[in-house]
Amino acid sequence: MNPLVPPMPGLLTGVAVTLLLGVTSFVLGLVLGGLVTLARLCRNRPLRVAAIAYVSVFRGTPPLVQLMLVYFGLPQLGVRIPPIPSAILTFTLYAGAYLSENLRGGVLAVERGQWDAAGSMGMSHGLALRRVVLPQALRVATPAIGSRFISLMKDTSLASVITVVELTRVAETSGSSSFRYVEAFTVAGAVYWLINTVLSAGQETLERRLGRAYA
Amino acid sequence: MNGNVAIDVRGLHKSFGETEVLRSVDLTVYSGEVVVIMGPSGSGKTTLIRCMNLLDEPDAGSVTVHGRTLSYPARGSGRSRRRLIRDIRVRTAMVFQHLNLFPHMTVLQNVIEGPISVRRLPRPYAVEMGERLLAHVGLGDKRDEYPARLSGGQRQRVAIARALAMEPEVILLDEPTSALDPELGAEVLQTMRSLAACGMTMVVITHEIPFAREVADRVAFMDAGYILEEQRPSVFFGAPATARARSFLHLMTEDDDPRPGLEQTG
Ligand SMILES: Nc1ncnc2c1ncn2[C@@H]1O[C@H](COP(=O)(O)OP(=O)(O)O)[C@@H](O)[C@H]1O
Ligand SMILES: [Mg+2]
Repeated sequence: MNPLVPPMPGLLTGVAVTLLLGVTSFVLGLVLGGLVTLARLCRNRPLRVAAIAYVSVFRGTPPLVQLMLVYFGLPQLGVRIPPIPSAILTFTLYAGAYLSENLRGGVLAVERGQWDAAGSMGMSHGLALRRVVLPQALRVATPAIGSRFISLMKDTSLASVITVVELTRVAETSGSSSFRYVEAFTVAGAVYWLINTVLSAGQETLERRLGRAYA
Repeated sequence: MNGNVAIDVRGLHKSFGETEVLRSVDLTVYSGEVVVIMGPSGSGKTTLIRCMNLLDEPDAGSVTVHGRTLSYPARGSGRSRRRLIRDIRVRTAMVFQHLNLFPHMTVLQNVIEGPISVRRLPRPYAVEMGERLLAHVGLGDKRDEYPARLSGGQRQRVAIARALAMEPEVILLDEPTSALDPELGAEVLQTMRSLAACGMTMVVITHEIPFAREVADRVAFMDAGYILEEQRPSVFFGAPATARARSFLHLMTEDDDPRPGLEQTG
């Protein structure tokens, strides 16, 4: 190994935990966001109000505060959740709020005529949504959803404050024991950048595929 | 034409907020007939055919399609009513003025979407029918293209094929040539002529007078939410009964439209 780069113990594990937090929260957040979008578009008023309230709270407060509440606050109420599940729960709720807004924006961008065409052939609201509107909404929302995934990857570094040993925490530990902070955090930063570069490329591929019909 | 009623609307009223768009409209369309609806912009033509499909629900009146009647104001349970609405929508296919093709689907997928997901036909059967319909409208070689790559006239014919794939009782067309230049419009008119010749029941909003003269069994003239007259085309274009229709036709034929046939009217 290059002597200038200190061997960073636990680097691979840290990367794995970061990926676990980011990918799991994103996938769960997308499912949650999809459900919240459906709730916001449905005719049931209490459901709509609940969805709006959820988005307002989880988009309007810092993820660090949410994380602290889940990890340090909930035990006070008798609910004790281990660090990694706490982080995944928080990031899922946080990402879900944003992703539901991205998806809703996509649905609203689909022309009313598309609903008309689906409805005029006898499709129910749900079928029209599934077959006609959501596929188009997803295409519109892809850039915003991709950005959200990338932000979320970086936000997972917050989990270090609740003792999750992810990438940032590994760098911090390694830096403080060797006093080579520059090297440690440069490595950590480079790894985040690498992960997000791959995500960006994936997003572009997806955009191209979804955009094929419109070329 | 046989004597079966395809669509019957009675006493339709429809308002959007304060605007009364339909004020007591009656219209009967028999199986195999072509009815052309004409009238000035804003007279309620689009709203009328949307009500025939129940895409817009009237405030009062009744819509009967293939012997199934839905009356307004709404009565009866939600569920059976919804089923009836769905049934009427399936049997009355719309070709929208703006087409509203599904941009994320290929031409063939557009055509077979309704048959598969609504009518629940087996896929191979739907595909075969879709290919046949596309061939019929002259688009057999475009089945795997996306709508964005087609010309306006080709898109219009995809929309017609998509409507036909529902095997509807009647097809409702909203100004199918208004967005096309005369040459592309001619392709579409030819397609509609051949449908009429096959006995397809059609309600067509159009201002193409030569087409209406040749193909329509009746012309319904709308103004301000009423059908003011309903005549055979030879009568309507030869000697319209109302002053409104006379002045409308006068304006239509005063256009600098060089197509033949227009100057014979009035
Ligand atoms: N969804 C709607 N909401 C409000 N007003 C509408 C709506 N649809 C149609 N209108 C109004 O109804 C009137 C008749 O419209 P329309 O049926 O489209 O007439 P036409 O097709 O004869 O031009 C117009 O004044 C139009 O602005
Ligand atoms: Mg109109």
